[in-house]
Amino acid sequence: MKKMPAHINKDNVVISIRNLEKSFGKNHVLRGINLDIYEGENMVVLGRSGTGKSVLIKILAGLMRPDHGKAFVLGKDVAHLNYRELDQLRLKIGFSFQNSALYDSMTVEENLCFPLERHFKHLSNREVDLAVKDALKAVGLSHTIHQLPSELSGGQRKRIGIARTLILQPAIMLYDEPTAGLDPITSQEINNLINEVQNRYHTTSVIITHDLTCAKAVGDRVAVLLDGKFVNVGRFATVFASDDERIKSFYDYNFVT
Amino acid sequence: MGTTKKRSRHYVVSRQMDQFFFEIYAITQFAGRFFKEVFLPPYEFKETVRQCYNVGYKSLALVSVTSFVTGIVFTKQSRPSLAEFGATSWLPSLVAIAIIRALAPLVTALIAAGKVGSNIGAELGSMKVSEQIDALEVSAINPFKYLVVTRVLATTLMLPLLMIYMALIALMGAYLNVHANEQVSFVSFFETAFRSITYLDIFSSVLKSLIFGFTIGIVSSYKGYTTTRGTQGVGIAANTAVVAAMFLIFIEEMIIVQIINWFRAG
Repeated sequence: MKKMPAHINKDNVVISIRNLEKSFGKNHVLRGINLDIYEGENMVVLGRSGTGKSVLIKILAGLMRPDHGKAFVLGKDVAHLNYRELDQLRLKIGFSFQNSALYDSMTVEENLCFPLERHFKHLSNREVDLAVKDALKAVGLSHTIHQLPSELSGGQRKRIGIARTLILQPAIMLYDEPTAGLDPITSQEINNLINEVQNRYHTTSVIITHDLTCAKAVGDRVAVLLDGKFVNVGRFATVFASDDERIKSFYDYNFVT
Repeated sequence: MGTTKKRSRHYVVSRQMDQFFFEIYAITQFAGRFFKEVFLPPYEFKETVRQCYNVGYKSLALVSVTSFVTGIVFTKQSRPSLAEFGATSWLPSLVAIAIIRALAPLVTALIAAGKVGSNIGAELGSMKVSEQIDALEVSAINPFKYLVVTRVLATTLMLPLLMIYMALIALMGAYLNVHANEQVSFVSFFETAFRSITYLDIFSSVLKSLIFGFTIGIVSSYKGYTTTRGTQGVGIAANTAVVAAMFLIFIEEMIIVQIINWFRAG
């Protein structure tokens, strides 16, 4: 596991989750979880499919409301913000979707321009062009500027999705399964990109994944979500040195089979 | 294996009927949200104009062909009945009344429900299942306003224009048929045709088109916006958008005709 970067500010809690609960009918996916994420930190939330990892970041982004508990993002309780306050907060949050969620009908350039032109109307065309080129350069895909999402590979789409969020210069990045469905080499490229984003933009990130290689490569800390609760939170090596059979089996399955 | 206890669910009438009424309730709520959001800034002028272009201009070719053929066929089918009474001179009046009062609003709405409704249902459904709607939301862009309000406005504004266009093309088709058989001049045909048309006829047709356009926009947007079950859901959304919109258009047609007839009688 990489060393804890010096720029993590442990005095500033950027995301604070308190007794968060969420159920879908009789399926209790989150059962009163607690977690603090510090400024500049890459926090990986690990867990098997269907354990509520994506639900957690959707709550953080205000896409879902919790049944109980609170989720504070940049000091604001997401579930109790009005629409305007939520929009203001969302401008500081970048969300990288599992399937990239690029707008099909727009080219890469239009995908990137779209949020920028809507929220920063004072920018000139030249400034928008520069911001787009800069974001594309940051993800190493300057040559795809005029392509449609359907013409890109899975890894390229993920990168463009990240570029689209970076263009608004968010303080927080939420990654939903960033390496899902990618080959090991492309996965490693995405892991490197997540670290580059942290170093270059000084973002605080929450990375949702079931991929231990990704967790090991990008996580300053990992939180293991099992049966709706965090069973262990800490540095990768510490967490997986645990005697907890559920964590050990998760590790063995990823690295042994 | 243990004994399985059959779970009983209680429905007010039956599962299908409960679902049907729930759907009506949900669409009404969806329409309510439209009226709430349409008047609030920011206004999506650019996107609304783009959607108007998609709904209006891109439907012109289909509407042109359908209306021209409708005009010719309707005139051709009506002639023998009038000829029996030696009343073929009434053809322009009969055709104009039929086209402007009934055929133009209804046929335009059915064409739009098939072409535009399925398009909106599939497009929004696809955006929903590929998380593009969520992506708009987390980018602090109101997806309802950007996707739904613009499309509903476009269908509502464009349907009356398409209806007027369709009526004129259908009358042109009718004129060609009448001219070929009765050697009636262009001016004479249209003078006779419009003499039988009242302002109430035109008003009721425009009103009908506005309501039909709104229905197509709301129903197809609702179906797309609430799509579930992945790619299969997109197909279902496109299909049910058309079926539900057409069903509602016929119901509305019956109600509006009844109301207009009360005015006409009064």
